[in-house]
Amino acid sequence: MVPFLQDNVIYRGVYCWLGGNEGNAQWCGGDGLLPGGYEWVAYFVAGLTIMLILVNGALLGAAVFVWAERRLLARFQARRGPNRWGPWGILQPIADLVKLLIKEDIIPTAADRIAFTLVPIIMLMSLLLSLAVLPFARNTYLANLNIGVLYIVAVSSMTTIAIFMAGWASANKFAMFGAMRGVTMLISYEIPLILSLVGVVLIAGSMSLVSVVEAQYLPFILVQPLGALVFMLGISAELNRTPFDILEAESEIVAGYHTEYSGIKFALIQAAEMAGVLAASGFLATLFLGGWSGPFLSTQLGALWFLMKLSFFVFLFIWIRATFPRLRIDQIMAFAWKFLLPLAMINFLATAVQVYFFGFYHGDVPGEITRNEQWVMAAINVPLAVASIVAFGHFAREGIRVPAVRLESIVPIPRVAEVD
Amino acid sequence: MYGLGLAKGLMVTMKNFIRPPFTVQYPEERLPQHPRFRGEEFVWYDERCTGCASCAKYCPLGIIKIVTSPSETAVLEGDKYDIEVFDIDIGRCMFCGLCVEACPYDALFMGSGFERGRYQRKDLVISVDELRQAVKRPSTWFRPQLENARYDPQEGEPLAWEDVGREKWPWHKQEKAGAKINRTVHRGGAESSQDKK
Repeated sequence: MVPFLQDNVIYRGVYCWLGGNEGNAQWCGGDGLLPGGYEWVAYFVAGLTIMLILVNGALLGAAVFVWAERRLLARFQARRGPNRWGPWGILQPIADLVKLLIKEDIIPTAADRIAFTLVPIIMLMSLLLSLAVLPFARNTYLANLNIGVLYIVAVSSMTTIAIFMAGWASANKFAMFGAMRGVTMLISYEIPLILSLVGVVLIAGSMSLVSVVEAQYLPFILVQPLGALVFMLGISAELNRTPFDILEAESEIVAGYHTEYSGIKFALIQAAEMAGVLAASGFLATLFLGGWSGPFLSTQLGALWFLMKLSFFVFLFIWIRATFPRLRIDQIMAFAWKFLLPLAMINFLATAVQVYFFGFYHGDVPGEITRNEQWVMAAINVPLAVASIVAFGHFAREGIRVPAVRLESIVPIPRVAEVD
Repeated sequence: MYGLGLAKGLMVTMKNFIRPPFTVQYPEERLPQHPRFRGEEFVWYDERCTGCASCAKYCPLGIIKIVTSPSETAVLEGDKYDIEVFDIDIGRCMFCGLCVEACPYDALFMGSGFERGRYQRKDLVISVDELRQAVKRPSTWFRPQLENARYDPQEGEPLAWEDVGREKWPWHKQEKAGAKINRTVHRGGAESSQDKK
């Protein structure tokens, strides 16, 4: 039986520890614990190990992120944050989880029970599926899909469906409001988000995330500054983070689409959102900051480099959340269509022209974009980014619109003389 | 230019991030308290109090209850009363301090405490025994003599009744109510003073 995940170091380690034998000697290089003919056990155990690590890693990461976000948000607001349980309050997520687990799990009488129950599952599932293609270190990924970038976009868009299901199934007006807002916003932000990734794919010449990492002689945040900006802001909207959190705006619509959720379902939705930030930071680090490649020892310390880059983006997300107030729906739409979309288009066009010429330089088939060519692209794209941000920032400025309909045209207001 | 406001906002939060937090971890850390604090746990000096009940009369909420009994011999001489009940219901008190302002003999002072949470309302009533036995660190609110002496109710020693008044009354203790004063009472004199009115 040929192992499915040949490149994954963890998978190969577990598989060979259990099922190494003569049949896969050139691959494993030693005998395993199990006798011959039992490779299928090793196959399943290794697969389950990977799944266990991935799922629990995501949930544990979400817990740590909850703590980190609360601490950092507090520091941004000159407070201290949770500091009661454990050193620096690091055990606070456990307390939160215990609280949520022992809470009553209410399903409203009018709710659509099946859809209502499916929502947390779908939200968490879309997140965990998107983690499958994320390279954490060299040869440490679940699958090296050759359509990895497309897969991420496709899988993470399922959250939109889950949000709308939550709003519809809750039979609650606030939940419905939140879901409608969410769908409106998320559909708009998909477009610049996907367009911003096209530049990366063009330069790397592949949609596989591993190829994207290997193509980054220079971090793509320099080669693709506009793409990185648009992706960062777009994914920030996709994750419903604070400048764009109109779909769970606490001060307007109780908790938006998850108004009716409590207990473990609420915990799962929150975990999916929080781990979503981690996943988004991971994608940002992979696509625009070189993933597991570092200045030195990329092979040995790949996971460390990746974690550092991921933490950088996590910090950025928290910083943005701590700073900006919630936007109105029209401001959000204007931002997506008048600002992010043109920038993504400019980035796409500029990158396409550059890649065409550099590919032409190599010969008929567009080849690999080399380090020097990436420096040239950075030198062109960074000023272009600044110029287009300034220009479209000016165009996209939203004035306050006075409604055209005047009150008198709806309700006739009697004049004082007529009353007399 | 568009976007500079965003950068400015980010810099504001970053400044807060670098600055140490100014939250005080209350039960472990405390901020210095002003000596003029108007807190719970009134400080009351039995020796100075004449039982005139000015405090009870001035109280806008009517939460001070005073029951006095006249000493049998010296009432008409204008002598002191024995205080049997001095209940201050601090559950309803708003700490305006009018009772302290009203006291003509500097017998009542505000305290400095603020941690008198109780499970039942009746426990919030300060009784006369409690007032007598309390450690007496009066707040300097409306008491310029304490303020001029730079008395600090947090750090300073508990004050005796002789030290807190505007002037010392060395005779006061002996003439305290309840103590039978060995002196003749001229009832006629009191009547004549009423006649004059």
